[in-house]
Amino acid sequence: MMEEIKSQTNPVADNVVIVSTDELVKKTEELRSRKVSPMDYLHDIVGMDWGEEGLGALYYMESTETGERTVLKCVANDRENPFIPSVSHIWKTAEIKEREVFDFFGVKFTGNPDMRRLFLREDWKGYPLRKDYDMNSNPLNLDNEENADVTEEYFITPDGKIEGKENVIFGKEEFVVNIGPQHPSTHGVLRMRTAIDGEVICKIDPILGYIHRGIEKISEQMNYRQTLAMTDRLDYLSAHQNRHALCICIEKAAGIEVPLRAQYIRTIMDELQRIDSHLLFYSCLVMDMGGLTPFFYGFREREKILSIMEDTTGGRLIQNYNMIGGVQADIQPDFCKKVKEFIKHLRNVIKDYHDIFTGNIIARERLIGVGVLSKEDAISLGATGGTGRASGWANDVRKRHPYAMYDKVEFREIVYQEGDSFARYMVRMDEIMESCHIIEQLIDNIPEGDFKTKTKPIIKLPEGNFSTSVESSRGEFGVMIESHGDKSPYRLHYRSTGLPLVDAMDTVCRGQKIADLIAIGGTLDFVIPDIDR
Amino acid sequence: MGNFKDYINGYTFGIKSLIVGLRTSMKVFREKNITEQYPENRHTTLYIPERHRAMLTMPHDENGNNKCVACGLCQMECPNGTIRITTETRETEEGKKKKFLVKYEYNLGSCMFCQLCVNICPHDAIKFTNDFENAVFEKEKLVLTLNKKN
Amino acid sequence: MFDYYNLTPLLRSIHAFMCGIMPEWLAMTIEGIAVGLFIMIMYAILAIILIYMERKVCATFQCRIGPNRVGGKGGLLQVPADVIKILTKEIIYLKDNDKFLYGLAPFLVITASILTFSCLPWNKGGEILHMDIGIFFVLAASSIGVLGILLAGWSSNSKYTLIGAVRSGAMIISYELSIGISVLTMVILSGAMDIQAIVSNQSDGWNIFKGHIPALMAFIIYLIAGNAEANRAPFDLAEAEQELTAGYHTEYSGMHFGFFYLAEYLNLFITAGIAVTLFLGGWMPLHISGLDAFNAIMDYIPGVIWFVGKTFFIVFILMWIRWTFPRLRIDQVLILEWKYLMPLSLFVLLLMTVCKVFGWVF
Repeated sequence: MMEEIKSQTNPVADNVVIVSTDELVKKTEELRSRKVSPMDYLHDIVGMDWGEEGLGALYYMESTETGERTVLKCVANDRENPFIPSVSHIWKTAEIKEREVFDFFGVKFTGNPDMRRLFLREDWKGYPLRKDYDMNSNPLNLDNEENADVTEEYFITPDGKIEGKENVIFGKEEFVVNIGPQHPSTHGVLRMRTAIDGEVICKIDPILGYIHRGIEKISEQMNYRQTLAMTDRLDYLSAHQNRHALCICIEKAAGIEVPLRAQYIRTIMDELQRIDSHLLFYSCLVMDMGGLTPFFYGFREREKILSIMEDTTGGRLIQNYNMIGGVQADIQPDFCKKVKEFIKHLRNVIKDYHDIFTGNIIARERLIGVGVLSKEDAISLGATGGTGRASGWANDVRKRHPYAMYDKVEFREIVYQEGDSFARYMVRMDEIMESCHIIEQLIDNIPEGDFKTKTKPIIKLPEGNFSTSVESSRGEFGVMIESHGDKSPYRLHYRSTGLPLVDAMDTVCRGQKIADLIAIGGTLDFVIPDIDR
Repeated sequence: MGNFKDYINGYTFGIKSLIVGLRTSMKVFREKNITEQYPENRHTTLYIPERHRAMLTMPHDENGNNKCVACGLCQMECPNGTIRITTETRETEEGKKKKFLVKYEYNLGSCMFCQLCVNICPHDAIKFTNDFENAVFEKEKLVLTLNKKN
Repeated sequence: MFDYYNLTPLLRSIHAFMCGIMPEWLAMTIEGIAVGLFIMIMYAILAIILIYMERKVCATFQCRIGPNRVGGKGGLLQVPADVIKILTKEIIYLKDNDKFLYGLAPFLVITASILTFSCLPWNKGGEILHMDIGIFFVLAASSIGVLGILLAGWSSNSKYTLIGAVRSGAMIISYELSIGISVLTMVILSGAMDIQAIVSNQSDGWNIFKGHIPALMAFIIYLIAGNAEANRAPFDLAEAEQELTAGYHTEYSGMHFGFFYLAEYLNLFITAGIAVTLFLGGWMPLHISGLDAFNAIMDYIPGVIWFVGKTFFIVFILMWIRWTFPRLRIDQVLILEWKYLMPLSLFVLLLMTVCKVFGWVF
């Protein structure tokens, strides 16, 4: 690397390469198109406020071929009018990620066609994740928010000046239907402004932020133990995995060794959670498509998992189980027995699921060949998890960057090539069985020993950038911490699994029918609190 | 002619799949339903795991003493400001100055059951119970005083 | 034979008695009002029974209990309680919509439903509207319903309702073809359009047995198309709560919504009732040739019980279908009709005609 490399004292910290704003596009294009391990998957863009140094962003990218990761740092020094060139022409997912950075930090990306706020109201004053943001500048606003039909784009003129122009999102002639925020099948308070022509969808513009809670900002005032309490509330169907990710990141940075017993328990819990989430996926998809009876089948079995988990963790939705250095409490004495009974039961009843829905001619007609997402688009949009795997992109973090016990167990990564709704559905149904398989390998061999290590009362992370990702129930969940050596993070960012999926809605749904929109939304399987954070 | 064959095959596959679906739903129709009738089963089949976190309590022994030493760690650790401790400094019999707990206030309404207070407590003075029927009509009633005497 | 419960003499004598004490026009008016009230009350009671049945059946399919608190263990008073609730609710009129059509739409739907309902043959001599072209009248009257749905969707001035209404219009108009042709098939078999005549013709065996293969196929086509006509899953695209929240009646409240709701359930009953009339012998008891003792016992059961019993059996099958399958998409619904049902029903019509001409029916 010809650029200046930040001197790293900590070997587990990310190797951050600093790029100037002028060189960013050239450098990223080079990384994207190089022969050996091209960086084709933009993991995330993390907006940052470095105070005096300026505002900017960290670009986490990965090569799908080799799994090699690169982190770029780009700083705009002017705090008043920060401009960074956009990379949205290289990775499609950058468009929405840059909007997020703009929303929270006010960094304007030249060349991004859509520079609206992503989560906050359009009339929001200031940029809340900046360190100098005045918390009182936005009193509770109960006025109706009008959504503009136009958006601004900034671009650099040949003579180096920055100018803005207006891009039209919805023209006057378009028939725009609001699907959401209060809608039975958006799985939460998501709103999609959908332009339709008869029954056919022309364009979808997702409006997010209805339950944005500012968890990243809140976490900056918390100590590391407290930040854990928020993770269960992101994607509540991946509570264990989310918390696992943050625990791994903190443990890695602080050099805390986790006992083997805790690793086993964490892995089993992650997989139980995955089964739970996929059963809910099945239920909700079937309900979205109008079949209300199979909905209850999924919930019937999910209830059993929740009971098993509640026995050990004390929670059904908010599990609160992983903690720094281990888990909260040892497993309940009859945990193993119950899990084994449950898996046996699940293997029996899963046939009913397939009989009533998978094989059904109506379901097949509704799903097969509908909403095709190509592999290139999936990678470019960063649509991880079951959605990416259904498009032929083997993106399972458990295989790419194994953590906990995943390199010790034998399991198959479910990959389909079709990329349609049915493939997305089948990936999840098959993963239920794979998760059962993983649990069966571990459940009888949980080693004796401690379930957690003693940690210091005050946990401080060394300076540096730390990142981890885990395979949550619906994709790659990432945690990025920038620590300045304090007891609370300087910046804590979560890579949302759902944001790229919602972003993909527009690509996938165009040309499909309204009913397909609902089915596609169901198969993409996003959870709104995870997107809004 | 292949087209016509596909047409007929489509017919038969469709009808078969519909019948399989109907058979499955009829199978479940004949199974026992699984509804738990909550208020009725309160004293019979209702099962709440011991570890379920529903309310923070401060156990007292038979003399009405608790183990709290009013160190304030739980108050500091709570991410929501749910716990408020009022203390006073009194002189003990040996003449040392020591903090005593006057009031241990816990706001059930803002508690997010993260268990950090219980984890940090050096004397195991507080714990969560699975007593979950805590609904009240007024918000003020959610602020509970956990210590019985000061 | 099975004339124990013929209602015609009774009704005649009531009419004669009324004419004896007052002028005929007055007697006719009073009788007309009485019959009208009778229809309305029957309609409401049947709707309550059907809604209760739907809730219980659906609950059992979904491993649940269903209503079980209001009115004892079975939750028998749940639906009456809901009726009272819906009667006392405010009827909301929206800003900027066509008030007249908005108010008219539910009445059109319910009128169509009641007109069709009146044609059902409950018993020997127990039909309310009797005309020589009864089945034709049923088809015509039931078509008024779609007008109400279209008006409701359009006059609500909302995007969801409009999409729902347009879907419903496209669907119902398509499926009326299949219904019409399958009804025609049975008319050919019976040689009559009079509903009572169709039923009487089945005294020596139900049409579904008499017409064997073509009748059975017509029966299945009729059930599918009838389900679509009644806007029930898997053909409930007009409502499609997961897509259009409530489709064409999204904006309705109170009893206006109640009318749609009532009509939906009664249309289910009517669909089943017409199916029973055409295929399963109406109020005719089940006879098995050769078992005379069995047949005699069957004759003692009143016709109305036969009719209602058979109808509820069909209603249960329709509920079973509803609570099993996912919903179709609009283009698939139309493909199913135009590509599969319609050619099949034409073929069945031809087959029935051939069978009838060559005397291959029983």
